[in-house]
Amino acid sequence: MNLVLFLFILLFSVSLYFFSKSRIGYFASSKQFKLKALPKYYAYYLSLWCALPALIILVSWNILEPAIIKNLIFSKIQTDSLKAISKDELNLIYQKIKAYYTGNFSGQLDESIKLGAEQYKRLLSVAASSKVVVFLSAIILFSGLALRNISNNVHAREGVEKIIRIILFTSSVAAILTTVGIIFSLLFESIKFFTTINFFDFIFGTSWSPQKAFVSDASAELTTAQLKELSEAFGAIPLFAGTAFIAFIAMCVAVPIGLFSGIYFAEYASTNVRKFGKPIIEILAGVPTVVYGFFAALTVGPFFRILGESLGLEVSSESALAAGLVMGVMIIPFVSSLTDDVVNAVPQSLRDGSYAVGATKSETIKKVVFPAALPGIVGSILLAVSRAIGETMIVVMAAGLAANLTINPLESTTTVTTQIVMILVGDQEFTSAKTQAAFALGLTLFAATLVLNFIALRVVKKYREQYE
Amino acid sequence: MNKELRRKKRYQAEKRFQLYGIIAISLALFFVGLLVFKVFSDGTSAFSRTMIKLDVTFDANKLGITNVNDKDEVDNADYYTLIYEEFIKSYPFSNREEEKQIIKLLSPDYEFEAKNYFLKNKDQLNKTVTLLLTASDDFDQLHKGNFPRDIPEDRRRLSNYQLKIYDQFLKDGKVEKIFNNYLFSKGDSRDPELAGFGGAILGSLFTILICLLISFPIALAAAVYLEEFAPKNKLTDLIEININNLAAVPSIVFGLLGLGILLNVFELPRSTPLVGGIALSLMTLPRIIIPARASLKAVPPSIREGALAMGASKVQTVFHHVVPLAMPGTLSGTIIGLAQALGETAPLLLIGMVAFVVELPGSPMDPSASLPVQVYLWSESAERGFVEKTSATIMMLLGFLIVMNSLAVYARQKFEKKWN
Repeated sequence: MNLVLFLFILLFSVSLYFFSKSRIGYFASSKQFKLKALPKYYAYYLSLWCALPALIILVSWNILEPAIIKNLIFSKIQTDSLKAISKDELNLIYQKIKAYYTGNFSGQLDESIKLGAEQYKRLLSVAASSKVVVFLSAIILFSGLALRNISNNVHAREGVEKIIRIILFTSSVAAILTTVGIIFSLLFESIKFFTTINFFDFIFGTSWSPQKAFVSDASAELTTAQLKELSEAFGAIPLFAGTAFIAFIAMCVAVPIGLFSGIYFAEYASTNVRKFGKPIIEILAGVPTVVYGFFAALTVGPFFRILGESLGLEVSSESALAAGLVMGVMIIPFVSSLTDDVVNAVPQSLRDGSYAVGATKSETIKKVVFPAALPGIVGSILLAVSRAIGETMIVVMAAGLAANLTINPLESTTTVTTQIVMILVGDQEFTSAKTQAAFALGLTLFAATLVLNFIALRVVKKYREQYE
Repeated sequence: MNKELRRKKRYQAEKRFQLYGIIAISLALFFVGLLVFKVFSDGTSAFSRTMIKLDVTFDANKLGITNVNDKDEVDNADYYTLIYEEFIKSYPFSNREEEKQIIKLLSPDYEFEAKNYFLKNKDQLNKTVTLLLTASDDFDQLHKGNFPRDIPEDRRRLSNYQLKIYDQFLKDGKVEKIFNNYLFSKGDSRDPELAGFGGAILGSLFTILICLLISFPIALAAAVYLEEFAPKNKLTDLIEININNLAAVPSIVFGLLGLGILLNVFELPRSTPLVGGIALSLMTLPRIIIPARASLKAVPPSIREGALAMGASKVQTVFHHVVPLAMPGTLSGTIIGLAQALGETAPLLLIGMVAFVVELPGSPMDPSASLPVQVYLWSESAERGFVEKTSATIMMLLGFLIVMNSLAVYARQKFEKKWN
């Protein structure tokens, strides 16, 4: 249906373009005015005015339609039944009606659901036919308007350019809309979460066991004892600690290797080594994270377990060490290429001064180049840290699920991202505190990476200005 | 003398420092090599499939076919019993348990394989032909040498009896390896020997297509606006800060966005490439805008001034001269952004593209998996057959990424103008 309308408007406006392009001359002479722009601009003007409003109507209609139908059904159910129905129950009934309508309903069939489905069907058909009517009348109305403007001798090129500028501006606002969408979707569920669970219980609690949230019935009022139990189930400290710990292990691998290889590439390497070595290392950055996860879970993890067994150590097959190590490997190219850039940006005069007083190359690097490049390097390491804490697949596949508060790298730990995935994969109930907890975790993750990125970008920018 | 010693020490420190750098680089290169080696050594065997030869007579009585041209009869004929009875004859057994063990060497799909063969060769009725039937995963892995034979029987997937059958089959020349076309043509399956990433490839293609259709025009328009038209004000600054921050937001957050807004508010269909593509396009947007702006910036002002001097309007200048010159860089940025989106898993997990999908998706509105999600799904399975399938999927994924990235490099080197 939507596709047909879309293709229709596409075809219609394209044919309108070619038609009006060839006819605009006659039109102008019959109306006795002189064209101010090339004929093709008049054609653009017409077809844009014909297509754009109709498309906007089509898109917004599709966005709004489900919500409106839902509300109509809700009010119908509400007036049919004598007693008040809670929002959750209404949602449930609505889901049942929809399932019945699409034909994959299973379970107890209610008479009221059958009736509701009939009403749903009726509403859908009304919506569909009125959509077509509104769509077509919009096309006629706006093309008529455009035609009148043209006969009033409007400057077509300026009109078209104005529309283009508006389209360009709207596209750039998409970035803001995305951020707003992220914040809205995260905040909306998080606020619901924080109405049942105290914010400080979440941030400072030391025990994480979200499965407890399913013990109590979500729709029933919670007793104080249950509430207390719930508030103790969502202590996020083990997750924060696990995330920080794995990120720390990753940085222990990535920083030395990345730093030394970056410095080597910038200061020592011959052109050939640079030409071939750098792209090969950057392959590591292009490999999808799920591949690292597979590698960590099936190769590195078991390898550490066998190694540990032979040394008489107890190593969990999903250890923080394996996940952190592999994550570190993933981050190496990130640190190395940023270091390379930053070190290259240090002015040659500093090096020349150091050589002139007799320092060797390594002494120059250690005592002059490195301190000068330090702010940039710190910035790049911060960016790497923010990547490490936001990384998902490696930890999901290799770090384990149990929320242990531990600093033993051989045990399994869990992270914020792992828990989000574990909670949200599969079927969710949006009324459950467990599901909302995932959004609260997402919000903390978003905030943390935002702050880290902000600081890092600031540091890097400041540093750049220093040498420009 | 003291001076001499100190100089020697300093030179040693110099050597050591260089060595650290070389060690660091070799370690990084070692990891690359290890990763590639591991994937290839595990994955190559997935491209072949072990088949067992079986002589079958398509007996009209047994199948219950009276008229070969009756479509209903041929469709509903009893291929199952035919193959079952024929196959258990291929090795002597003494009890029900051993009979079961024999038939377990075949993949459960033998019924359909026989049917498909017969549908194509209806003239073979009442004739004896040699069929190639897919072997079970355990048999397959044994033949590929992935199962050690010398461990105790209770730790093996195949019993001593089955091993004897295997040896007999091998001696009779009944075992054959062919190219595994199932890998490319089939969707997911519980049986590793019947699973393929065909569905995942289609799902990935649809997802990337949606992502391209949404993100490329918007990103190009946004880049053009910011670079060519935007006035210097608070709003423009806000947009720029937003874009830089979005580029660094963890991908899983876009999954939460997709779940919270696309699925719950707009009620788009779950598990479909449509939703995955939209979520990924939001993630890709800033990753295209940034290189697109860089290449717009690289077009020298003289081009713009020339066009303006000839009387072109600002919009004409930009769209007739600046944008075409910036296209190579923009396209290569787009391809790289799409390559990242192709490898992205976490957002797709949250919008439900982890469903077990057997059928191939026919449109972006059908539930499907994608290549990286298929890697995740199969890596969770215990069967040895899925390990090689996972590695093969990774090879496929890496292949796509290499092609896309080389295309990006090519687009840039071949078409980009150098301004000096």
